[in-house]
Amino acid sequence: MIAVIDYGAGNLFSVCNALSFLNIAHEVTKSADVINRADAVILPCVGAFPAAMESLHATGLVDTICENAKKKPLLGICLGMQMLFEKSDENGECAGLGLIPGEVHRIPSERVIIPHMGWNELVITQESPLFDQIEKPVYTYFVHSYQAFCDDRSIIAYADYDGKVPALVTDGNYVFGAQFHPEKSGEKGLQMLRNFERMAK
Amino acid sequence: MLAKRIIPCLDVRHGKVVKGVNFEGVKDVGDPVACAAEYNRQGADEIVFYDIVASHEGRGTFLDVVRETAKQVFVPLTVGGGITTVEDMRETLRAGADKISINSAAVKNPQLISDGAEIFGSQCVVVGIDAKRDGNGGYTVYVNGGRIDMHVDLLKWVEEVEQRGAGEICLNSIDTDGVRGGFDLEMLKAVCARVRIPVIASGGAGKLEDFATAFQQTGATAALAASLFHFGELTIPQVKADCRSKGIPMR
Repeated sequence: MIAVIDYGAGNLFSVCNALSFLNIAHEVTKSADVINRADAVILPCVGAFPAAMESLHATGLVDTICENAKKKPLLGICLGMQMLFEKSDENGECAGLGLIPGEVHRIPSERVIIPHMGWNELVITQESPLFDQIEKPVYTYFVHSYQAFCDDRSIIAYADYDGKVPALVTDGNYVFGAQFHPEKSGEKGLQMLRNFERMAK
Repeated sequence: MLAKRIIPCLDVRHGKVVKGVNFEGVKDVGDPVACAAEYNRQGADEIVFYDIVASHEGRGTFLDVVRETAKQVFVPLTVGGGITTVEDMRETLRAGADKISINSAAVKNPQLISDGAEIFGSQCVVVGIDAKRDGNGGYTVYVNGGRIDMHVDLLKWVEEVEQRGAGEICLNSIDTDGVRGGFDLEMLKAVCARVRIPVIASGGAGKLEDFATAFQQTGATAALAASLFHFGELTIPQVKADCRSKGIPMR
């Protein structure tokens, strides 16, 4: 069972729709017990960074999530991915979960439209079971104005948007983050969610 | 680089697709959910639902269609027709739409664009525009399905739409709509030169090359068509293959 953290996230229902469609057992939860007995955890996304961190802290689940991230797969989606890093300066500086070294800042290019919205191709720089049974080219759906800045070692795939936008990141163990929305990225996005479930077993 | 998008549009009336969609394997040609699922299978980059009745009474049925589609289709869904308040926007997004599209309501009350962008984010707000040549070398904006000339200059309007925070513009040319002679390249060029936000070409697609031509000759980042895809005259994979063969990035 995958625990989907309920902290008022905007894409909670899309993520659950996708998991239901794939017949992947999941529970939308605010409970530490459910997270502790889950096989994997998904952190969906909502609004802006500081408000999202505040909502997450309000659930009292931050320590539980960080503890579980040492022993079972955790997938952060979009802002949920950004929250895995140490800090962000969206609407003022705010600490993240610190599960992956790095920071979140506004997409720096002035030559492209912000938000980065639409289908962009993933440049895959590390093998990952998340790409099992997915043929290249892999286009996924992005909607965001801020991006991660981190070491190349943490990047599994990036997208080119007049610069390198980390698209899929990891701590090298159980923690994964997708800047794009797998639940809105067609069949290939769904396959990534299937692959994530498989990692949980 | 972002891929250019191909977007089929489904007009829905009383919970059914208008005129029906002629797809092999889709038994109920009028079922919007089945049609959307088929477009998803074909590789549509986004799907637009348009409530053409947009009556208060029919709202529930229409949102049921959106809700059901969101359970089966995993590409972005844009929903338009009858959205005149922030509350309508909220209800539509909650039903599972990723973006809402407003047209006449935005012209009559431009604050709706600002409010929508402020509350839900620019990425959720698409402004649809029906425009037509004014006979003096310019373009004017129409509302109510292209029936009423608002005597609003198109290029001034698109600037205001962008400045108020819209995430995208879907530009429908009344002059080329239904004619099937290709998208309105002149109008698209004029609009793309005025704004930085993405512009979706709409109205006039009649043959395979029309899509690639719009992408090559104008700044449009997406192209929308309805009947051309519904009647199976062209499929989305055919259009994408043609664009790809011309070096246009496609998913």
